[in-house]
Amino acid sequence: MDDWILLLCAIIFVALAPFAGCLLSGVDRKISARMQGRRGPPLSQPWHDVRKLLAKDNNAPNRFQDFYVACYLIWIIVTGAMFFAGMDLLLVVFTLILAEVFLVLAAYCSGSPFAQVGAQREIYVAMAYEPMVLLMAIGFYLFMGADDGGSFRVIDIAESSDMAIIPMLGIFIGFVIILTMKLRKSPFDLSMSHHAHQDIVRGVATEFSGRTYAMMEVSHWYENIMLLGMVALFFQNGEWTGFILGMVVAILVYLLEIWLDNGFARMKWQTALKTGWVAALILGLGNIAVLLVIA
Amino acid sequence: MDDILFLMVFPFIVACILLVVKNDRARAIVSEVGAAVIIVASVWVAYNYLGKPQMFEISSETIDLLMFAVEAILGLTIIYLGIKYKKYAASVLGVIQLLMSIAFEFHFKEGIEVENGLYIDDLSIIMVLIIGIIGSLICVYAVGYMRDFQAHAEGKDRRPWFFFLLFVFLSAMFGIVLSDNLVWMFFFWEITTLCSFALIGFTKTEEAINNSFRQLILNLIGGISFLAALILLADQEGILSLAELLATPDVEAAQWVLVAVMLMALAGIVKSAQMPFHTWLLGAMVAPTPTSALLHSSTMVKAGVFMLLKLSPLLCGNVGGYMVMTVGGLTFLLASMAAISQSNAKRVLAYSTIANLGLIVACAGVGTPEAVWAGVLLTVFHAITKSMLFLCVGTAEHHIGSRNIEDMDGLFERMPKLALIMMLGIAAMFLAPLGMLISKWAALTAFVDPSNPVSILLIACIAFGSAVTGFYWTKWLGKLAFAARNRDNVEKTVRPQEWSVLGILAAMVVLVCFGYPLLSDWMVVPWIETVFGYEPAISVLENDNMYLLLIMIAALALMFLPFFGRGSTREVPTYMSGVNIDDDSYEGSMGATVNVSLRNWYLEGWFGEDRIRKVGEAVTAVIIVAAIVVACGGWY
Repeated sequence: MDDWILLLCAIIFVALAPFAGCLLSGVDRKISARMQGRRGPPLSQPWHDVRKLLAKDNNAPNRFQDFYVACYLIWIIVTGAMFFAGMDLLLVVFTLILAEVFLVLAAYCSGSPFAQVGAQREIYVAMAYEPMVLLMAIGFYLFMGADDGGSFRVIDIAESSDMAIIPMLGIFIGFVIILTMKLRKSPFDLSMSHHAHQDIVRGVATEFSGRTYAMMEVSHWYENIMLLGMVALFFQNGEWTGFILGMVVAILVYLLEIWLDNGFARMKWQTALKTGWVAALILGLGNIAVLLVIA
Repeated sequence: MDDILFLMVFPFIVACILLVVKNDRARAIVSEVGAAVIIVASVWVAYNYLGKPQMFEISSETIDLLMFAVEAILGLTIIYLGIKYKKYAASVLGVIQLLMSIAFEFHFKEGIEVENGLYIDDLSIIMVLIIGIIGSLICVYAVGYMRDFQAHAEGKDRRPWFFFLLFVFLSAMFGIVLSDNLVWMFFFWEITTLCSFALIGFTKTEEAINNSFRQLILNLIGGISFLAALILLADQEGILSLAELLATPDVEAAQWVLVAVMLMALAGIVKSAQMPFHTWLLGAMVAPTPTSALLHSSTMVKAGVFMLLKLSPLLCGNVGGYMVMTVGGLTFLLASMAAISQSNAKRVLAYSTIANLGLIVACAGVGTPEAVWAGVLLTVFHAITKSMLFLCVGTAEHHIGSRNIEDMDGLFERMPKLALIMMLGIAAMFLAPLGMLISKWAALTAFVDPSNPVSILLIACIAFGSAVTGFYWTKWLGKLAFAARNRDNVEKTVRPQEWSVLGILAAMVVLVCFGYPLLSDWMVVPWIETVFGYEPAISVLENDNMYLLLIMIAALALMFLPFFGRGSTREVPTYMSGVNIDDDSYEGSMGATVNVSLRNWYLEGWFGEDRIRKVGEAVTAVIIVAAIVVACGGWY
C-alpha cells in the first residue's frame, strides 16, 4: 500500500478516534445503565462531560502532574497513529507502555495516598497483562513466517491473505481476557474504578481535575479505539470481508467487556496476576509453540 | 602496537603511584590526570584500529614465567587468607588451582607456541572504550566519594590501597580484551577476580569479609573451569590461541574443543554473575559505591559477557549454546522477579544487572549474528546507564543517609538535579525509545526462531521478564517523581567531581540513544561481518523503525525541555479523607491527627528473594551439569 494512504489512515485516526471513542463510551454508559435497570444518560453525555471539564479552573497538587498527563495523552495518540499507519507492532506495544508510565508518574507525583496506591495497582495490572500483549505481537510475527524474514509490521499483517484468527485462536482468546484489564473493567478495575466511591476513591485519577481529567478521558477514547483495532487485526485478510468481520467482532468483544463489567464484582488483586499470567502461559505460549512447530 | 601496550601498562603505573601517594590533593591530581590519559589513549586506540582488526606478534618466555610467578604468589596468598579467616573452601580451591597451573605450566604447555600474543578487533575496541571511558570516569568520581567515605569511616586511611586496586583492575581488563594468548587472558582473568576480592573486602567488616570470600570461592570455580579448558585445549588440540580456537571449523565434530568451549563459557557465566553463581554480585554491595559501579558496568561482569560474546560463533546451535542460552534466559526472568521484592536501591540495581547480563548471555548462547548484535549493544547501553545509576545512588546515600528506595520519597524536591539524572537512567533501562529497550527489542526478534528448540523458553523468559522489569522500575521511578512540598534542598554539598562525572554519563546516555545506528555501522556490524561472514538483518535498524525511534527520542527530549513544570496551575492540597494539616497529616473524622506515609509494594510472598534463589540455583545448576555431562559423553 502506498505510504500516503497509510499516512492518511494515521491522520484519520487522530482526527476521528475521539468521536468514535466518545460514542463508544456513551454506548457503554447507556448499556450499563440498561443492564442495571436505569434509563442512562444520552449517548453524547461523555462529550458534554469533557467540555464541562475543560471549562474548569486548573487546580493540581503540583506543577508537574499536568505535564505528565499531557505526555500520556500525546503518547497514546502517537501509539494509535503508529498502529493505524501500519508500523511495527512491537514498537506500538512498547510505546503504549511508555504512555502508561506517564499516567503512573502523574498519579505518583501528586503524593496523594489514594493516587499512589492506584498507581501501584496500575503497574501491577500492567505486569499481569503485558506478557500476553508481547506474545500477541510475537504470534503475529510467527504467523507472518519467521523463516522468510517475518514481519512485525501491522500493514503486512493486515494485507496478508490469510486470516490470523484460525492459527492464532489461543492468542486471540488470551488477548480478549487481558483486554478486561487493559480497559480497566470490573473484575479487574483495581487501579481506578469508574465510580469515585470505592476503596481508593478514584485511584490513579483521584487528584486529576478540570483540564487534566479531560485529557485523561480523551486518552481513554483513543486507547479504546486502538485496542479494538488490535482485536480487528486478527480478522484482516486484505479484503473488505475481513475488514467488516473485524469491526463486527471488535464491537462484539466490547459488548462482552461491558457485560463482564456489569456482571462481576471486583476480584481480589491476586486473581488479576494469576489470570493474566495463566492466560499468557497456556493460551499464549501454547499457541506460539504450535506456530513454531508449524513454521 | 605500542599504543596497545601503553593501554595495558599505563593504568598499572598510575596504580603504583597511587599506592604511595598519601596526600588528598596529590591523589586527586594523579587520578584525574591518569583517568584523562586513559580516556584519550582509549579513544586514540579506537580511532587508530577501527575497522582494521589485526594480530600483534609478541611472545616471550620471560613474560610467561613472570605471569606464572605472580599467579603462584597470588595462589599461595589465597591459601593463606583462606586459612587465616577460616574459609577453608577458598584454600582448597586455591590448592587445586595452584596444582593445576603448575601441571599446566610445566607439562601441558610444553612445546606450544603462541606467536601472536595480542590482537585487536572491533569488539575489543568497543570493550576498550567501555573500560577506558566509563572505568576512568568512575575512578574520578571515587576521588570525591572516598573523601566523604573516609570522613565517616574510623581507623586507618586505606585509600591508597583502594585506588591502587581500581587502576590495576583497569589494566587487567584491558589485558583480557586484548590478549589472544589464552594463557595471558587467563592471567588477567584471575587478576580481576582477586582485585574484586580485595575491593569487596575493603572495609574489613565481618560482612565484607564473608562476601568477599563468597566472591572468591565462586570465581575460583570459574577460574578452575577456565584452566581445565586450557589443559584440554593444550593436551588434545595443541591450541592456546583464541583466534585459532575460534577458527575451529566444526565444533561438534571436535568433541574436546566443544567441552573446552563449554568450560570457558562456564567461567564466563560465573564472572557475569549468572545463576547459580549470582550471589557473589549481590554480596559485592557492601563495598563503597565506586566499587559496585565498576564491577557492574565496565569491568568484571563485562569480562564474563565479553568471553561469551567472543565464543558465540562456536556456541551457535550446539549443546554448549543451549546451556548458555537457557541459563541466561532463566537468569533474566528470575533475577527480574527477585528485584521486585527489594527496597534497597543497590540491591535492585544488582538484580537488574544480573537480569540484563542474563539477556546478553542468552544472546551469546543463541549465537546468530542478529542475537550477537543485540548482545553487544546491550553491553554498551548497560555499561553507561548502570554506572550512572550506581553513582547516583552513591551520591544520594551520602546526602540523605540511606540507600533505601522508600527514603527517596520526594527526592525530586530534595535533590532535584540528581533525581532527574536518576530518572533518566531508570527510563533508559526499560522504556521505549531509549537504549536498553532498543537492544531488548532486537534480542526478542532474535529469540523467535523456529529452528532453535529452546526458542519457546526464551520467548517465555523475555515476555514475562519484561513485564516484571517494568513493574520494579516504574515503582522506583514513581517514588522519585513524587513532588513533595516543603522539603529542604540537600544537594548543594555534592562534590564537583561527582557532578561532572554524572553529567558526562548522562550526556553519554542521551548520546548513545541517538547515536546507536552509527555505533552499529562503525563497530558492531563490521565485527559481526568478519566473524560470521555476513551482515545481520536487524529490524531495529530498518529505515522506518530507526527514524521513528530517533524522532521519538527527539520528541521526548523536546517535551521535557520546554514544558516540564511550566503549567499555569494553582497548587492545592491533595485529598486525604479529612482536613489537611500539612502534606503529611490530616485531621480525621473523630478529630484525631492521622499521619500519612506512603510505601511501595514489594509482593514478598510471590517474588521473595529466597524463594527465587532456591528455584533458580537448582534449575540452572542441573542444566549446566547435564549439558557438560552430555558433551563429555559425546551424546549430542
